[in-house]
Amino acid sequence: MKEQLKQILENARKELESTVDSKTIEDLRVRYLGKKGELTAILKQMGQLSAEERPVVGQLANSVRTQIEDIIKQKSERIRTEQAALKLASEKIDVTLPGKDMAVGRAHPLNAVLEEVEEIFLGMGFDIVSGPEVETDHYCFEALNMPKSHPARDTQDTFYISDNVVLRTQTSSVQIRTMEIRKPPIRIISPGRVYRSDTVDATHSPLFHQIEGLVVDKGITLGDLYGTLDLLMKKLYGKDTQIRLRPHHFPYTEPSAEVDLMCFNCGGKGCPMCKNEGYVELLGAGMVHPDVLRRCGIDPEEYSGFAFGIGLERITMGRYGINDMRLLYENDMRFLGQF
Amino acid sequence: MDLSLRWLNDYIDVSDISVKDLCAGLTLSGSKVEKYTEEGSEISNVVVAKILDVKPHSNSDHLVITQVDAGTGEPIQIVTGAPNIRENSIGAFVPAALDGSTLPGGVKIKKGKLRGEISNGMLCSLGELGLTAHDFPNAIEDGIFILDENELGQLVPGTDIRKAIGLDDVTVEFEITPNRPDCLSVIGLARETHATFDRPLKTKAPSFKGMGGSASDDLNVEIVNKDLCSRYMAAVVKNVKIQPSPLWMRERLRACGVRPINNLVDITNYVMLEYGHPMHAFDIRFIDGGSIKIRSAKEGEKITTLDGIERSLTSDMLVIADANKPVAVAGVMGGEYSGIMDDTVTVVFEAACFDGASVRTTAKALGMRTDASARFEKGLDPRMCEPALMRACELVELLGCGEVATGIIDCAAGQFTDRTAPFDAAWINKFLGTDIPESEMLRYLSLLDIRVENGVAHAPAYRSDIGCKNDIAEEVARLYGYNRIPQTIIRGVASGEFTPIQKFTRTISRAAISLGAYDICTFSFISPRSFDKILLPENSPLRRTVNITNPLGEDTSVMRTTLLPSMCEVLSRNYNNRNESAFLFEIGNEYLPGEGELPDEPARIIFGAYGKDADFYSIKGAAEKLLDICGITDVEYFPCNGEDDTFGEACAFHPGRCAVVAVGGVKLGIIGELHPQTAENYGIGTRVYAAKFNIPEMFAAHAEKTYKPLPKFPAMTRDLAVVCDDDIPVAALQKAIAEGVGKTLEMVKVFDVYRGSQIESGKKSVAFSISMRSHEGTLTDEQADSAIKKALKKLSDIGAKIRE
Repeated sequence: MKEQLKQILENARKELESTVDSKTIEDLRVRYLGKKGELTAILKQMGQLSAEERPVVGQLANSVRTQIEDIIKQKSERIRTEQAALKLASEKIDVTLPGKDMAVGRAHPLNAVLEEVEEIFLGMGFDIVSGPEVETDHYCFEALNMPKSHPARDTQDTFYISDNVVLRTQTSSVQIRTMEIRKPPIRIISPGRVYRSDTVDATHSPLFHQIEGLVVDKGITLGDLYGTLDLLMKKLYGKDTQIRLRPHHFPYTEPSAEVDLMCFNCGGKGCPMCKNEGYVELLGAGMVHPDVLRRCGIDPEEYSGFAFGIGLERITMGRYGINDMRLLYENDMRFLGQF
Repeated sequence: MDLSLRWLNDYIDVSDISVKDLCAGLTLSGSKVEKYTEEGSEISNVVVAKILDVKPHSNSDHLVITQVDAGTGEPIQIVTGAPNIRENSIGAFVPAALDGSTLPGGVKIKKGKLRGEISNGMLCSLGELGLTAHDFPNAIEDGIFILDENELGQLVPGTDIRKAIGLDDVTVEFEITPNRPDCLSVIGLARETHATFDRPLKTKAPSFKGMGGSASDDLNVEIVNKDLCSRYMAAVVKNVKIQPSPLWMRERLRACGVRPINNLVDITNYVMLEYGHPMHAFDIRFIDGGSIKIRSAKEGEKITTLDGIERSLTSDMLVIADANKPVAVAGVMGGEYSGIMDDTVTVVFEAACFDGASVRTTAKALGMRTDASARFEKGLDPRMCEPALMRACELVELLGCGEVATGIIDCAAGQFTDRTAPFDAAWINKFLGTDIPESEMLRYLSLLDIRVENGVAHAPAYRSDIGCKNDIAEEVARLYGYNRIPQTIIRGVASGEFTPIQKFTRTISRAAISLGAYDICTFSFISPRSFDKILLPENSPLRRTVNITNPLGEDTSVMRTTLLPSMCEVLSRNYNNRNESAFLFEIGNEYLPGEGELPDEPARIIFGAYGKDADFYSIKGAAEKLLDICGITDVEYFPCNGEDDTFGEACAFHPGRCAVVAVGGVKLGIIGELHPQTAENYGIGTRVYAAKFNIPEMFAAHAEKTYKPLPKFPAMTRDLAVVCDDDIPVAALQKAIAEGVGKTLEMVKVFDVYRGSQIESGKKSVAFSISMRSHEGTLTDEQADSAIKKALKKLSDIGAKIRE
């Protein structure tokens, strides 16, 4: 009987050894270990054995069963691994084939940059307000120290709807509308469309966007204006960005400044990109004129404020290196798809 | 303003400052330099040459062979065809462009052979050097430029021609802001240079000797309209000799971009450029009655201005008139006969001060902006008339071109007062955020000739821009240096936030992008013809527009009352640029005239699409998802029959493929395929789809999202196919199912619509997958079957039978 058991173990080992699929293994398991299997058949004959032999044979039989089970286990494992490897190998694809064309939407570059600017100002405690684009002469000019015959009106060629209604030439009209309904402290930006009678070319458009900023409170200084704009530009263009303020004139701010951005290309040394100036003109700003404050019912002896107007096209074009403003309004998908 | 640096150096010595540093310094103190150009910079290797010999060319009648001394040691041979170089030219000095030289316009001169004779360069004409006879009136234009030693001084062969003829000035172009008309002058910019670089000014008050007598002997001046003319000064110059002005004057005028004419005219231009105050010169022969009145024009009164155009005046315009007629439009332009002519004998110089606003309005109304009007309209000070007039008389005497009557006429409409503003050093520092010592502030102000007494700053006469304490702060700041001001952060805490509608609009835009649409940005003005292109009827309210009275062109002449034409144009552009498919959106305003002075400007979102993935149901799918993301539920879609339209533009759409979108009876928008005619009108050769929504209405219809618990119990699903008349909308079937199933209904999905041979014609079969779920427990088959039974009953009520 011992011999038989040893023989079973030997046969099982041999047969399992040459097996290559899991179906055959299962068949072998049934044949050797199943209820009607060879090992069970041997065990059924145990009763014929003497009391001394029984435990010895029993032990041997258990050992044989365990060994066969182990072999089956190992073999199955190996086959599974091999089959998995085969399957993986057969599933090989050309990973250099292009991906599927997923439909993705894109933000317009102007709106993408505007969103960024809005986030920056929200973070600095500014609210966002808007105002009408078709605007009265009063809000667009008169209230901003530009009466009808003022020469500064020439710098903003205006589209007229009637003698008294214009397409706003600047978002500064929103300053007045804001100060009429809000009292200091005021911190707002007002992005929107503005209109000037310029024919379209690479750097001009009869419609463009400005982001107006207005801060009015006790003790607001020109240094605050400088600091705020510097922070904005560093956030927009990176921490190495440098700006400079240059005295200028706007009828509704005093002092007034134009703000230049140090040329990225040459770092201020002067190159063809910045027309050899080292800086590129970026935006206009200044301290709100006391007459403007007074007209809105804010006492300039108690409060001061600053205002600025950023050209969204200019900062967007600077950001992406777009050299022709017309592209922004043509909306060719080959252009829009780049952002 | 173009400034000659040579002229500037007359008044302040900046010869040791590089042009670049000078420009940078002035730019940062407020006089922005646009650019600077070196005169004659295109000319190189052109020298003064002396003609030593002229011989005929054996192979040509019109060419001659010259030997010239160009300072190179040996005489060199140059062939020329100019008619004014002949044997009698020997000894003359001429400009010679040597081998390898350059001339204006990128012309390069090389040694070569002309009909067999070597020519080592070219003798140059005025034109070849970029000049005209206005620059050198003694020279001819159609021949070689013969250099005049009487004018240019002793000439040495080999001298750089630019140096020899004074074509080596530097012109600096400034952008002067409208508040500083005083800087539209050499002296004004010299003063700014003085303040910026703190070095001495060399100005002196002009004066003249006079030949006795007085201007009032020949002329009587009266200011009738004292509101518009604050001062009128006049001088009389007799026995004038009209000639070209001297070289130095012509050079300076040329560098400042003014063409020299003759000495008297040049003097008036020279003074305007130097002092910033316009001058005018009249020939006294044409002043009838020797009388000048500064009065309002009579309505309809005529004047022919110097440019030869007859102009009709209105009563709000100011004129200089003689006893009978206007002789000049005040501050704008003189009359035809008022100018200086070759036979002029007696000249009246005018230096006056006119109201800026009036000059501006008049110049605009007459459509003639002049150098004079551009200066007056910015507001000049009457006290500037006097030095200007004195300088003009001084120049007459300097040039020896006439006899100035000693007495001058000075009519003033009132007293002249200093402009003042409070000076408070502590306030200035507080306002600027600086810590500048008061003494330093006073130094800056003194450099600007602003006198401070007892806390009051007195501006010099030419500073018409100073009026409040901010102005003084600005003067201090710009000389201190804007960029030395410490950058600070606004004090105090503030929290900024989007308004609910701003937040909502941003949600809409993000939803549109997530749906795969490209964001576009188009102009707000359109062509009125667009309304025809989108098939609006003649009486459509959308044709009532806000119109631009001075548009750039018809294409951009009305404010859009609908975003649709802009979208169609962009789709068309993309289609014609061969972009295979497009799915675009824009969030923008429409401009709808209302009762008030200003129109309403409601915000809309519009989608547009064409291409292989675009059809009605894709645009509808986008609409459904958009509204879902925005928190808008219970949305209904009605077939659009014109009357149900939201915006009044259903006519632009395919009549059978267009739906109105509504929530609770409120119309939010319109979706559909565009009418084939609309597409054709925009040159789009494929089907086009669009959807438009009203953002304020969407906002009103939306609800903030709240969490609904995920289901605990399984859903029960039943499939159902029904047959009904083809014209019953599926939405009606869905509604019947919903009513029948009741509250356990989770979703009705349409998975097939069939028309064809398997069913009766005029009918369709619609297959639904109905899923039901209870939140109280697992539904039983009986419950589900009973619900479906009720649904079938409802379906049968509207004529839909279960498909056998």
